[in-house]
Amino acid sequence: MKNYDKLLNDLAPTKFGKLGVIWTSSLIVIIIIGIIAYIDQLIKGQVVTNMRDYALWGIYISNFVFFVATSFVGSVVVAILRLTKNSWRTPLVRIAEIITFAAIAMAGITIMIDMARPDRLLNLFIYARLQSPITWDVIIIPTFLAISFLLLYFPLLPDLAILKSHFKEKQPTLSKWYGILSLNWTGSAAQKAIQSKSIHIIVLMILPVGLILQTIDAWLFSTTYRIGWDSTNFAPYFISGAFVAGVGALITVIYVVRRAKKLEDYITDFHFDKMGKLLVLACLVYLYFNINEYLIPLFTAKKGEMTHLDTLFSGHYAPLFWFVTIGGLIVPIIVLLSKKGRKPFPMFIIGLIVVVASWWKRYVIVTPTLLHPFLPIQGVPESWHHYFPSLHEWLITSATLAMALLIITVLVRFVPVIPIERTADEQEELKSNKNIES
Amino acid sequence: MKNNNENSRRKFLDKGLKLGLATTIGAVGLTKLATKLTAQTDTQSGEKMELMTTDGTLIEVDSTEVIEVEHSPKDYNIREGMPNRKFVMVIDLAKCKNALKCQKSCNKSHYITGDNAWLKVYKMQESKETAPYWMPTTCQHCDQPACVTVCPVDATFKRKDGLVLIDNERCIGCRFCMAACPYSTRVFNWSEPDQGEITMTMDMEMDEPTHYSPEHAGLPSVKGTVDKCDFCPHAIKENELPHCVTACPNGVFYFGDQYEDTVTNGEETLRFRELLKNKSGYRLMEGLGTEPSVYYLPPVDRLVNFEDGLEEFTEFQSVEKTEESEKSE
Repeated sequence: MKNYDKLLNDLAPTKFGKLGVIWTSSLIVIIIIGIIAYIDQLIKGQVVTNMRDYALWGIYISNFVFFVATSFVGSVVVAILRLTKNSWRTPLVRIAEIITFAAIAMAGITIMIDMARPDRLLNLFIYARLQSPITWDVIIIPTFLAISFLLLYFPLLPDLAILKSHFKEKQPTLSKWYGILSLNWTGSAAQKAIQSKSIHIIVLMILPVGLILQTIDAWLFSTTYRIGWDSTNFAPYFISGAFVAGVGALITVIYVVRRAKKLEDYITDFHFDKMGKLLVLACLVYLYFNINEYLIPLFTAKKGEMTHLDTLFSGHYAPLFWFVTIGGLIVPIIVLLSKKGRKPFPMFIIGLIVVVASWWKRYVIVTPTLLHPFLPIQGVPESWHHYFPSLHEWLITSATLAMALLIITVLVRFVPVIPIERTADEQEELKSNKNIES
Repeated sequence: MKNNNENSRRKFLDKGLKLGLATTIGAVGLTKLATKLTAQTDTQSGEKMELMTTDGTLIEVDSTEVIEVEHSPKDYNIREGMPNRKFVMVIDLAKCKNALKCQKSCNKSHYITGDNAWLKVYKMQESKETAPYWMPTTCQHCDQPACVTVCPVDATFKRKDGLVLIDNERCIGCRFCMAACPYSTRVFNWSEPDQGEITMTMDMEMDEPTHYSPEHAGLPSVKGTVDKCDFCPHAIKENELPHCVTACPNGVFYFGDQYEDTVTNGEETLRFRELLKNKSGYRLMEGLGTEPSVYYLPPVDRLVNFEDGLEEFTEFQSVEKTEESEKSE
């Protein structure tokens, strides 16, 4: 057995500090308030939202799209970096896996919040029709959820076994749980072979499944006639947007976890520099598709397209549109292209802006289009011409975001955020390499 | 060996029985035919009727032979629709002056109590230089309905008789159909519909079906599900026209059957194809390929003033509130 003492000392889960307790309990309070609001929505109906017959989808849907997009980080950081053998990923992958799992789990819940008849959920299976993009979603989301869970769980097995022995005397109950979850991991060659093969298969799967998930999400919109959605550009546009949202979320969470757990020795400026470059790449690709989506329709200037683009560029949605475009896209590119911009703290600020802008970006995609139908909006109350979320919608949506953060927090609390075993292996490798050199 | 024997015996018995049955049926059939033939020669009234066959030739038939064809058979699969029918509507924009009787009648007959009527009369003007006109819209009952394509549970469905209906007992309230419909015709029950009096009517009226049917939308409306114009199959079944058609004082709406090639507004009955040809009928957003069942005649040679309709026009209301519902709000 290798000596994990130093690593365990640094990386083994520790109890929450004062800040951790405050953070976690605030999340729980937000979630409870959200659940109360949701129960009220169940009783009164979706009349408690500000959605109406024209703005028929609102932040429940844009929040869902945000979660789906964020879950793409597992496909990008874990799968692509692994398949391209980028070894700097090691201290980052577990957090990416955790974000992926939390985001896709919450995406599934969020879409059900938007359903006005959740009591008829089973109809989706009993009367399923394959031609509906919603049925594709019903198939792909559980699939991605299962794969992202395995992607988190399989690499975790050796660490769980290590933690089992680590906590044997100090916390026997906790140790017992780690033991059960480690599935009798002994670290034998046979077990390692199975594990590495399984991980390889999952990694190979999460890439196409992730791409399909983002694509179907885009098709929910582009299979309609609506101006602003009816675009063949939409799937790659969504995929690249998910790339941005996912990496942005990863940078933000990693910065916070690094501070909270004092992991500066493991997650260094070097890693932030690498992640910064990845985010620039993501933003540049996304910028390309944004140009396709917003500037090319300007060229032919069809009347419907112009009405839509006018509200975005200079109309009612202009402040939001320019915030998500400049703040969430242009500024990150400019800042992160310089080496100074890729230091941890500026990266954290940029990451935070990217995440917030990603959330509002989905709002800008969903809402304005619905308020510009083909026939004029007439014969309905004046308030139906606009949409801004109601208190219920904000409370419920905040609760889903808090729930995602709570899942991440709990996992970070009980699971080593940096793979102990793999770090040890890599350190050993590094040492032996040095020995050979000298 | 034994098995084989048994098998062949069974076969023999089987064949024998079938043969016997066939003979009996044949014999019965022949006698019936014979009696009918003799009867016919006996009871001929001598009164002849002139009729036209489907290919246009005139024939003479004895009046006793004429039997009325049942046009609206009462039992058919609700999801399949009325057999051998294809319902269409023609809306003559030249006659519409926004009297809104259609909307009021529709709201009443479908117990619409929300804020968004299913039948709208739009104030239209394509561009500054073109003339404004009034345009009533119902559900377009498309032959390539976008709403049906995206429905994940088959709650909204297309029938062979052309109707697009909604099963409010199956709808999950995802509103994808509303996002898909380019005509913004679908309406959502955001809260429990305030239709208090309907449940009473449903209990009292014995000839009305006491259980829910997609063939009378709004009876009742269901919270968290989608509603829209249903082309009134409940009226068609009783050989009546949809409520909007009969309510219109200006004869704007023509309803009929494409297979019969006739449409009527209750006062005049016209050849469907001829009407479209003579008055340059068109459909809304033809370019989308939705193939609507509702046709429009352009607002030319108008008998009515556009301005007359402005009196009735309400920008922000399409369902009149009763005093009761206003109080409860």
